[in-house]
Amino acid sequence: MGKTTNREPYQQAYYPPSPTGFTRMMRTCFIWQLYRFLVINVKILKMMAKSRH
Amino acid sequence: MARILILGAGVAGHTAARHLTELLGKQHEIVVVTPNAKWNWIPSNIWVGVGQMTEEQVTFDLTEIYKKTQVDFRQAKALSIHPQGSADSPSPFATIEYTCANKVGVKENVTYDYLINATGPKLNFDATEGLGPEHGYTVSVCTASHALEANEKLQHVINRMRKGERCNIVIGTGHGMCTCQGAAFEYIYNVDHVLREAGVRDNARITWISNEYELGDFGMGGVHIKRGGYVTNGKTFAESLMVERGMDWITRAHVKKVEAGKIHYELLDGSFHELAFDFSMLIPPFSGVGLKAYGKAGEDITAQVFAPNGFMKVDADYTPRPYMEWSAKDWPQTYQSPSYRNMFAVGIAFAPPHLISKPMQSTNGTPINATAPRTGMPSAAMAVAVAKSIVDMIKGAEKPTHTASMAEMGAACVASTGSSLFKGTAATMTVYPIVPDYEKYPDYGRDLNLTFGEIGLAGHWLKYFLHHAFIYQAKMKLGWSFIPD
Repeated sequence: MGKTTNREPYQQAYYPPSPTGFTRMMRTCFIWQLYRFLVINVKILKMMAKSRH
Repeated sequence: MARILILGAGVAGHTAARHLTELLGKQHEIVVVTPNAKWNWIPSNIWVGVGQMTEEQVTFDLTEIYKKTQVDFRQAKALSIHPQGSADSPSPFATIEYTCANKVGVKENVTYDYLINATGPKLNFDATEGLGPEHGYTVSVCTASHALEANEKLQHVINRMRKGERCNIVIGTGHGMCTCQGAAFEYIYNVDHVLREAGVRDNARITWISNEYELGDFGMGGVHIKRGGYVTNGKTFAESLMVERGMDWITRAHVKKVEAGKIHYELLDGSFHELAFDFSMLIPPFSGVGLKAYGKAGEDITAQVFAPNGFMKVDADYTPRPYMEWSAKDWPQTYQSPSYRNMFAVGIAFAPPHLISKPMQSTNGTPINATAPRTGMPSAAMAVAVAKSIVDMIKGAEKPTHTASMAEMGAACVASTGSSLFKGTAATMTVYPIVPDYEKYPDYGRDLNLTFGEIGLAGHWLKYFLHHAFIYQAKMKLGWSFIPD
């Protein structure tokens, strides 16, 4: 069998988006995630406030 | 004096008990009946299932907690309800059978003025031949003890992979009518994480199998979120997560049968397939726990009180309609039984009016669609609303005063991996409302400012914080009522 020099297209994994290196870095960047933690909490509190009756 | 009888002490039942103890004076009686004296914070079972938490970290003894309150705790299972009483009893009552060691098998009739049915689901492993840890070949993370067993089997497979063996791991749903895809979704990422930590990920083929039409449906018909300048379907992100971690996926699948090492499944297109596995965690379908209901003369009125799937009918609109005529208004508001004003059902115990995702059938007539989720957050909100309504009704209100429709409330779901606060990660998702309302939000059925998803360490911190906050709250420690449900 010859050396593989191409990649099989049209497979399940061919279509979804993949995160860039920058996106992956930001997912674990402590300062950025601290900010996102606050944002997520505020959003969830807003959602809970809107859910109350 | 009024007696409130709560059947079940899971998230919904225990939340109702907590709030009733807080809102009602000591002159009223709260009776909690549940067959298992251990309370379980079910979302953290996922971590037990991969060996990153112990059973003791996700459970505690309810007996000790209720001793501090006016709750009369009975470790027993409910067998039947008699909402009209009987020839011998003018008051309505429930028949229970004790499960605690000193009274096992003893039956008793417990009268009530108000009944809250919070019995949760029966884990219906029997719906699929060979499914489940008790009589089958797959594991489960639906209870803490199931999760412990799942981890034992996972560690066994990891040891085989350490010796160089290649293993197939299959995670998802074990029937065409399952809900709770979120739990399986979180588990598959945790399994991937522990395999990487063990250095054996290259020896595993991990496959997702579910009854969802597309990945990211979660029984809610999927979600749309704003990201990168577009409004994008959650399917895109769910698939991206799978690809990033090297997982395959099979959707639109009904698992028909499981044999040792082999899953037989049918797809929506009517084709039949097999999938080999060395380790498989498949969520079972849910049904009602099998409570019966009897009238005054002892006649069976189960069909009047319960839907055919065993869940209790409440104030939903159960009129059969085509999918395109379904509405957010079909969903219950007060969770009061339409037949008996002093009976309510909350959490998984109430009968939804219909699915949220579109019903589908294979060309062979097999239903293959994700059923409606009723997770911890909405279950707790229903329990709080019902507890407050009952308090007002005891004080003289004619009808329930509080509502908690799933079409008017949101939910958050955090799929978190890793036990380290700095190395873990999570996919965080919120939806508002849970049941899409296309009359209020014509484009996507949901408020896109409150429906969002993102991946990162922040969600992992949130999940860790919620684990401790909710267990603190459930233990009714000082200031518990200030923690939002």
